[in-house]
Amino acid sequence: MTAAMRDPMLPRPFRIEKVRRELSDTFTMELVPAEGGGFAFAAGQFNMLYVFGIGEVPISISGDPGDGGKLIHTTRAVGAVTRAMDSMRAGDVVGVRGPFGTPWPVEEAFGHDLVFVAGGVGLAPLRPAIYQAMANRQRFGKVVVLYGARTPDDILFRRELERWRGRFDMEVHVTVDRGNPKWSGNVGVVPNLIAHAGFDPLSTTAFVCGPEVMMRYTALALEKNGVGREGIFLSMERNMKCGCGLCGHCQWGPHFVCKDGPVYRYDRIADLLAIREL
Amino acid sequence: MPARKPKLAVWKFTSCDGCQLSLLDCEDDLLAIADRFEIAVFLEATRHRARGPYDVSVLEGSVSTPHEVERVRDIRRQSKFLIALGACATAGGIQALRNFRDVRGFLDLVYARPDHIDTLPTSTPMADHVPVDFELRGCPPSGKQIVEVLGAYLAGRKPVVPGHSQCVECKVAGTVCVMVNGGIPCMGPVTQAGCGNLCPSRGRGCYGCFGPMETPNAPSLAAWFGRLGQDSRDILRLFRNYNPETAAFRAESERHG
Amino acid sequence: MDAAAVFERTELGRLVAILAADGYRVIGPTRRGTAIVYGDIAGDADFAIGLIDEQEGGTYRLREVDDPRVFNATAGQTSCRQYLFAPRQRLWSAERTGTGFRLAEDSAGAEPPLAFIGVRACDLAAVGVQDRVFGGHYPDPRYMMRRRRALIVAVACARAGNTCFCASMGGGPEVGPGHDLALTELVDGGRHVFVAETGSERGALLLARLDPRPATGAEIAAARAQTEAVKGRMGREMVAGGPEAIRANPEHPRWHEVAGRCLTCTNCTLVCPTCFCSTAEDVADLGNARTERWQRWDSCFTLDFSYIHGGSVRKTAASRYRQWITHKLSTWWDQFGMSGCVGCGRCIAWCPVGIDITEEARAIRDSQ
Repeated sequence: MTAAMRDPMLPRPFRIEKVRRELSDTFTMELVPAEGGGFAFAAGQFNMLYVFGIGEVPISISGDPGDGGKLIHTTRAVGAVTRAMDSMRAGDVVGVRGPFGTPWPVEEAFGHDLVFVAGGVGLAPLRPAIYQAMANRQRFGKVVVLYGARTPDDILFRRELERWRGRFDMEVHVTVDRGNPKWSGNVGVVPNLIAHAGFDPLSTTAFVCGPEVMMRYTALALEKNGVGREGIFLSMERNMKCGCGLCGHCQWGPHFVCKDGPVYRYDRIADLLAIREL
Repeated sequence: MPARKPKLAVWKFTSCDGCQLSLLDCEDDLLAIADRFEIAVFLEATRHRARGPYDVSVLEGSVSTPHEVERVRDIRRQSKFLIALGACATAGGIQALRNFRDVRGFLDLVYARPDHIDTLPTSTPMADHVPVDFELRGCPPSGKQIVEVLGAYLAGRKPVVPGHSQCVECKVAGTVCVMVNGGIPCMGPVTQAGCGNLCPSRGRGCYGCFGPMETPNAPSLAAWFGRLGQDSRDILRLFRNYNPETAAFRAESERHG
Repeated sequence: MDAAAVFERTELGRLVAILAADGYRVIGPTRRGTAIVYGDIAGDADFAIGLIDEQEGGTYRLREVDDPRVFNATAGQTSCRQYLFAPRQRLWSAERTGTGFRLAEDSAGAEPPLAFIGVRACDLAAVGVQDRVFGGHYPDPRYMMRRRRALIVAVACARAGNTCFCASMGGGPEVGPGHDLALTELVDGGRHVFVAETGSERGALLLARLDPRPATGAEIAAARAQTEAVKGRMGREMVAGGPEAIRANPEHPRWHEVAGRCLTCTNCTLVCPTCFCSTAEDVADLGNARTERWQRWDSCFTLDFSYIHGGSVRKTAASRYRQWITHKLSTWWDQFGMSGCVGCGRCIAWCPVGIDITEEARAIRDSQ
């Protein structure tokens, strides 16, 4: 029995190998188990990350599920815990509980066009699915990435996006809410990119991740452009304390977002999204 | 990690000194605080006084004189992190009862030469004058919470100071509800937890010394007090005692007086 | 009821002594001030004999009665939850070691096993609900250990309270599964006995150590009739269609009406025997060298409960009350295949302003 099965509330120590600054308020940590052993996860899952004496937060895994050596997390520094993580360096230790949650159904999308729609830091939980798709590229039709950031300075994984954009077997469109004098790319919200992207709506699976309002409008735009509700997947977020279905905080209607989600098929939750303060 | 210890300053305004005493009452934790901070100003404990700027300033008491208005702004300017400690600093204190009357009447009653007294018509919380970084409630506040806030500051952690009602402390302790079981009016449902369940565990109704909880429903509770046989005067006094200058308690008290 | 036995009322003190000698911490209904709560039972005298409870919305009083019955009161403020799902417990502690830390896990193993005497049908049903909640894919090891080691002597209620509605929730008054022993107290004329039914091997072994004899057909019939009669005397009722109407009406104006009364004080959730929400608090010493993670009871009525960056999802009292009642009566079915409500009525009595879950359900259903 794993330690997690014996007590899912016990963190497992992981050592930071590398910290990379992505944006002014966003950073990536590469972690390895401090006491040996590996780490396996599915794209879309998250961990509860613990900083000694500070606290714990749920953060999506942002690395390659095919690379079992490293555990990678990308997050914004918005609260006490993430700010503490932001000032940690290689050699420091964090606690990890997980992986928890439902994954992006990448394999179920074999044979389809695959569309990734991300807003802001929402690109981080999608990245593992993009890696997994590209490792199985021939199983899909078109692969499209649509990404929106607030400003050009907020474009996450910019170099990676540019590399993907340079490939012949991937279509990448980026937009910003607000441009700047150096920006000549698209300006506007992410749903606006959908109509002109080159995917076949009748044979498309879409993975959407970003702020809730962005996901709602994106789902509506995808539907308007002919993508069926059963082909659209969202990643929801709620307050989490345990991450494993015991504390009750992440409840959303009948769901525990930590174990029934965070990835949800849109047809199953469309009516919940419409209820305020649920 | 900086080599020097952060500077802690404790300041007294219009107050009874009870909040400073709560800090001194921390006993062993106080020694640990003295170990981790350079205590720059703490007149109740030491005559020694170091100049600013200060990393953390803890303010006890309310603002009730023109001089105090200047003092608090000066301290704010010199302090990185400002904590308002206790009911006076966060809600005006019991002396804020004068805000509902003409203070000159009190001056005439109390002082032989009221013209020698320079006072404001009101006693107000710190947040009415300067931005406050953290508010610790209570009359007196809890020594445990003071230590928690200072420890959280040192670690960079969010302090564990919940804003929920006193009722949580009763139910966790297994204290039988004095209002449901005894018909005793209790401000617990609208009062912030933190005291350690002091009054209800002794069979006494909470009188709100920690001020309003995060989302108080004062009108509903006041209506229930009426059903328990409390008249307007009783209800007024329940909402207007140690924390008069808080939006929820002030508004409800005015509905009954 | 098969193979029921009977033992005399006078054996009850011996039952307590046997359990204590076996190393159990014996918990039962006992008087605390002017209320009856679950508390430590050292002997027969600690049971709340000669008292019955009178409950209404926001009101709980005791009245002395000239009645030798031991288990005469219905649900008090506390339930088995106070003991099985600890209000506060330390999960683990950790010490800094260089750049890392070393963990020491806390378990419930050091506590004495619990023996509950006098658990009502509603409370036993609630234990069953929490067994399902905490025994899921990631079981809560502390709850599971306490539960496995706990011995439960249930007692069927001989009277229903004014705020009781277990009958319409399927939580009683018959004692359901999960007990080691189930007792029905019979008092009439000179007779004062307990008709006992075993629910486990442990219960059977315990029963044999008292002075039992087989129950007569008349005694079994009397026990059954007593419990059956209680069904018709419930003070409240959960109307059919209530839970469904609540689920179907997230924007009903009634939510705003009840929000005018609701104090968001959390009392209903904290007296409810099935509520399971908790929070984790990380505390450290001033030097940040040693830290502890504590778990404590939490409630969906607090702002922090639904807080994500930017604010709480459920800001209004209306949305929080809606969350509680919808979860308790309806979405609990989706999650656990059973209702979250056992009809004990505690949330009605211990709500400081007497908001009534059955009345709210009826109001929404009737407005359809």
